Parts: sequence; C-alpha cells; structure tokens
Amino acid sequence: MAIKLKEIANKEERLVAGHRFCAGCAEPILTRQILNAIDDPVVLSCATSCMEIATSIYPYSSWRVPWIHSAFENASSTIAGAEAMYRSLVRQGKIEDRGLKFIAFGGDGATYDIGLQWISGCFERGHKMMYVCFDNEAYMNTGIQRSSATPLGAHTTTSPAGTVIPGKQQWRKPLTEIFAAHHIPYVAQASPSRWRDLMNKAQKGVAADGPAFLNVIAPCPRGWRHEPEEAIELAKLAVETCYWPLYEVENGQWKLNFKPREKKPIIVWLERQGRFRHLFQPQFRHVIDEIQAKVDEEWERLLERCGEA
Amino acid sequence: MPKSKIRALDGAHAVAEAMRQINPDVVAAYPITPQTAIVQTFSNFVADGLVDTEFVAVESEHAAMSTCIGASAAGGRVMTATASAGLALMWEVVYVAASLHLPIVMPVVNRALSAPLNIHCDHSDSMGTRDAGWIQLYSENPQEAYDNVIQAVRIAERLLLPVMVMQDGFITGHGVERVDVLDDGTVKGFIGEYKPEHSLLDVDNPATYGTWDMYDFYFEHKRQQTDALSKALPAIVEVGEEYGELTGRKYGIFEAYGMDDAEMAIVVLSSSAGTARMVVRGLREKGVKIGLFKPRVFRPFPAKEFAEALADVKAVGVLDRSIVFGAMDGLGPGPLYLELCAALFAAGNTTTRVADYVFGLGGRDIIPAYVEQVAQDLAEIAETGEVKTPVSYLGLRE
Ligand SMILES: Cc1ncc(C[n+]2csc(CCOP(=O)(O)OP(=O)(O)O)c2C)c(N)n1
Repeated sequence: MAIKLKEIANKEERLVAGHRFCAGCAEPILTRQILNAIDDPVVLSCATSCMEIATSIYPYSSWRVPWIHSAFENASSTIAGAEAMYRSLVRQGKIEDRGLKFIAFGGDGATYDIGLQWISGCFERGHKMMYVCFDNEAYMNTGIQRSSATPLGAHTTTSPAGTVIPGKQQWRKPLTEIFAAHHIPYVAQASPSRWRDLMNKAQKGVAADGPAFLNVIAPCPRGWRHEPEEAIELAKLAVETCYWPLYEVENGQWKLNFKPREKKPIIVWLERQGRFRHLFQPQFRHVIDEIQAKVDEEWERLLERCGEA
Repeated sequence: MPKSKIRALDGAHAVAEAMRQINPDVVAAYPITPQTAIVQTFSNFVADGLVDTEFVAVESEHAAMSTCIGASAAGGRVMTATASAGLALMWEVVYVAASLHLPIVMPVVNRALSAPLNIHCDHSDSMGTRDAGWIQLYSENPQEAYDNVIQAVRIAERLLLPVMVMQDGFITGHGVERVDVLDDGTVKGFIGEYKPEHSLLDVDNPATYGTWDMYDFYFEHKRQQTDALSKALPAIVEVGEEYGELTGRKYGIFEAYGMDDAEMAIVVLSSSAGTARMVVRGLREKGVKIGLFKPRVFRPFPAKEFAEALADVKAVGVLDRSIVFGAMDGLGPGPLYLELCAALFAAGNTTTRVADYVFGLGGRDIIPAYVEQVAQDLAEIAETGEVKTPVSYLGLRE
C-alpha cells in the first residue's frame, strides 16, 4: 500500500518517546519507520541489545505493543513460539484471527553471530514472522566489540587498531545472502536513510506467506565515532558508496532497489567515522584499498544477481 | 472410579500418552536419548491428528525452551521434554522460563552429563537445574511419571511456575510396566481449561515481558520468585489429593514405607526406591526397624516436612544419583544429602545422623546387596551415633 507522509506522521507511535537510546542512534528511527509502515496489530520480540535495555527499563516501557525479551540469541525462536501459539489457538477456535504480525528485532551480534542457528531453524520451519536485524556492525550494548558484521579495518574494543594490527582483520559475513539462500519468501536489505524503501520492505515482509528477513543498517554515533546528527547521513553514504546496497529477494527474484547515478568511493564514508581513523596513517592506507575492492566485488556480484550487470 | 485401561507401557510412552491426553496447544521439542521415544511418539499423535497441538520440531533444545517461552507467554498450554545434554544446553532459558512465571511442563528422562559421553541414567542433568526456579517432581516408575505429568499441568498453571517431571533414563524410560491409563475425558476434566491472566497476544492490553531490571527492582523480583516457590507445597499436595480421589492413586510430597517406628531410614529418589523398598521389606520381616523415605518433590525442597518425618530416626542413609563436585572438601556428596542435612540442622535436630551414598552414575546398576550394605552401616551408626564415612560410593571399583 502506498506510503503517504501525512498519514504516517499522524499515526500513533508504537515505540514512544522517553526511551534511553543514545542521541543520534539509528535503532529507534528505523524501528519507528518499520512499525509505522504496518497497520496490522503486531507482537514483538527483541534480543538482548541496546534496543532491549533502552526501551524496557523496569518499571517503564517504551512499547505500546506486546513485546517480549527472553535472551540474546533467541528473539527468533521466542517470536516463533508466540506465532505457533497464535496459529494453534486460532485453528482450534480458541481465539479469533485478527491478523497479528509477529516481528523479532535483533542487533548484528544477535543475528550474524550468536543467534544465527535459531533464526535459520525458524526460517526452515516456515514460521510466519519477520526478523529485523538492526546492523550497527558491532556489539554496541556491551561496549563496541567486533561482530561478524564488523567490516575490515574497523576499530572495535576486541579488534582494536594497534600499532601492528589495523583494526578488524576480516571482512563481514554476507548475512543477507545467507538468509536469501534459505529460500524464504522475502529477504531485503534496507537503510533508514531511504525510509520509503524501508517501509515498503517492512510491509512486504509482514505480508509474505512465510518468514521474512530485513537487514537494516544502523549507524551508531558511539561505536562508529561520528556526531549524533550524522547517523542518517552516514546511512545514506553507505548506500551511495554501494557498501550497503538496497535490494530485495522476493520469492527467489533478486531486485536492486537503488542504483546510485555515481558510485561514491568508500573513502568518503570511511573518513567520516572515527573507527576508521587509523586507516589514514600511511602504513595502513592499503586497508582502504582492500575495503574498496571488497565493496566493488560484492557490488558486481549483486548487479549480476539482479540482472543489472 | 473413572474409566481407565491397564496398558503395558514404558515410561517414555506413558509420558507421551499423558501428553496426548493433555493436548497442549504448543509442543516444541528436540530428540535426545533416552527422551527420544517421547518426541517420536508424540510426533505420531500429531501426524495422525490425535492432538490439536502445534508441534514445533526445533533445531536444538535451547530453541525448544525459547519457543516454549514465547508460546507460553502467548497464553496457552505448552510442553517440551528433554534429557542430559539437552537440558544442559537450555540452561540459560530454563531460568528465563521460571523467572517469567511461565507454566511450562517438561518431562525429563534423567541421563548422565558428558564427559565422557554416557547415555544412561543418573540425576546430574535435572540436579544441575535444581536452583533454576522450577518445581521438580521425581517419579519411581512409568505409572508415577504418567500421573505426575498430568498433575504437573494443574500445579504449573495454579502457581504460574514451570514444572519438571523426572523419570530414570532407560530404567523407567525404556522399562515396560503396567500402567493404568485414564480415559481421555477424565484427564481433560482434571486439567480443565487454561485461562491465562496475561497473554502476549492480547494486543488490546499490550504488556512488556522480560524487561531490563536493575539493582532497584531485580532483588525484589527474585524475592517474589522464592515467595512463589514457598507457597508451592500446599498446592502440590492439594492437586495430589484430588488426583487420588479421582484415581485411587494419591500423591503427596514423599512416600514413607515402614517409617512409623523406624530407627533407620534410606532416602532415595526415583526408580531405585523400588530396589530399596524390596530390601527394606526383607529387613522388616527380620525385625529390623528400617524404613524407606522416597521424596517426590525435590523443588521446592520440603525441608520442614522431611525434617519432621525423620525427626525420630537415628541414622539416615541418603542415596544420591549425582555429585555436587567440590562440595564438602571435595568429598563429592550429592544434592539430596546436602539439602537434607541443611533441613535437619535448620530444624534443630542434633540427634539424627546422616551418611551419603553416591550410586549409579552413568547408569551403573544398584543391586539389593548395595542397599543391604547401607542398612548394615546404618545399624552401626544408629548404635554408636557416629558417622565414620560421611560420603561413600556404592558399587564403585576403587
Ligand atoms: C549468551 C549471552 N552472551 C553474551 C551476552 C552479552 N551481550 C549482551 S548484548 C551483547 C551485544 C549485543 O550486540 P548486538 O546484537 O550487535 O546489538 P546492539 O547492542 O549493538 O544493538 C552482548 C555480547 C548475553 N547477554 N548473553
């Protein structure tokens, strides 16, 4: 359904003000965009993460919708359990079918790393649920440790930039592709900077006849070392450098949702973030070239997959 | 008496049968020997349309409990079953289930923990979760496992606490015995309808579950949890009595055999109580004042009741099927012994002497001769008032 700015601006918020996210954090922005796009009643689960601790500090809650947190790795199974119960009770005629949508939220740590198996299991079993990864490229809640979403060269507290080793030594896991390879009805990559695209994807995700996965880039001022007002700008640059391409895989069909007229060099994104500062020292500059090469390689592969090459 | 049918069932099939009759709204489970027969049998019930259950065949036990948590929070009846490594793998969320006050029922078919790998019975698995906030019931045979699982539904839903129902791996789990199976309607009537107070699916009254809880409230919440457990025994007894009226099989918090005038007692959980009872019976016939004390409830630990029941006993031999590694200077006593000693001490009992006997680890058989040996020790302890060896091992090559 078409998204009208006026309408979404007047919708009741599901994640309300008063939460304790850091200033400039992209997590609540993208969450509100997603939840605003969905008209149906929703039930949410959330992995242990910044989102969990910023929105549910007892005795307060920022959630105007049913919400559950169980542990770090199992937001997927938790919501799958709720979804299974819903299906069971509706089938048995114990409750009425009100078109509830089941959505799990997890950070990149919860999604790329510790919770991968749980999500994979839920997707294989075909639960009607959408899993949203807010990917800020590290374990931010526990103080910026590396995850398998952290890109090459980034400084984190467990992949620190030292005098010998220039930050993280590995590239990132191609998680969106991994879930696309699960052949579930809907998989997409999105950015809060292109909100209409993200909201469309949220609508498609919950409308899918089976599991859906959204991977959303979530700039983190604390972890990425940028000013709070720059989060959306950095998300935009991630898209324009093709570091974070916007695409979707709908029932097996790969589609590129945005192709920049001019692909910006990755350096314009890197230079805005303190976590890459050390790469601009002469002895580590080669890492910037390596990052560019990785971005190019992935972009080319994506273009080919989407029939855009 | 309600209609029932005598069947030849092993413990695992008896529990699967109880699950069919309970007809949970959601079951999420993962196979592990010796629990596998439960999930397999239940899968057949699902495949044949004999239950309304949404069966989620998960990819791990952690996912099983995680799914149960989501499902139970969503306001319906939920069950799983596991053993050994499976229970160990789900440990993190075993706590979450209890802490969120979710009335999940989980049969556990006791099996040793690794390493070395062993599939046979001991109680290390369930004892490893004894402090997790679940109610724990131990069953001697397939009949008790069946009866306990049915009662567990009522107990859990009444107290809003999860319940584990144990039976011994292979010995009970794979041991075919006579089981009096109630008819479906009787079970349905006994467990009644589950009407949750809160549900995650209640979108009109949205609630937040599993919050971030700091030092300003966490402590109170933990206190509330202990409080809930401290009120569990009367409910367990009431449900057991009601079940007894219905079926003729009454359940309390322990079984006492030959305890009325006993000067010595053997305390043991689960299937080994059968062996111990036989030995006690023989000794009783010879005029020895010995009894058998079989706890059914281990969590909450009925300290007052147990201390009272054993108050006049001079010598108690506890048979423990697991080790609390490092406890008591590393002597390696079992949890039943430690809890019982604490109970007697707290009751001000300075006369009852207690010795612990660790036995049966990794499925090693307990034979009557071992129990007779314990009885001999107890006679000496009763006479001298002295426990020479607080912790010994039965049937072990040293
Ligand atoms: C089993 C387990 N291991 C480790 C932790 C500690 N922990 C909590 S949140 C977290 C990192 C979360 O990172 P991510 O998923 O990326 O979300 P973010 O905080 O960045 O939003 C970690 C390591 C935990 N809670 N549970």
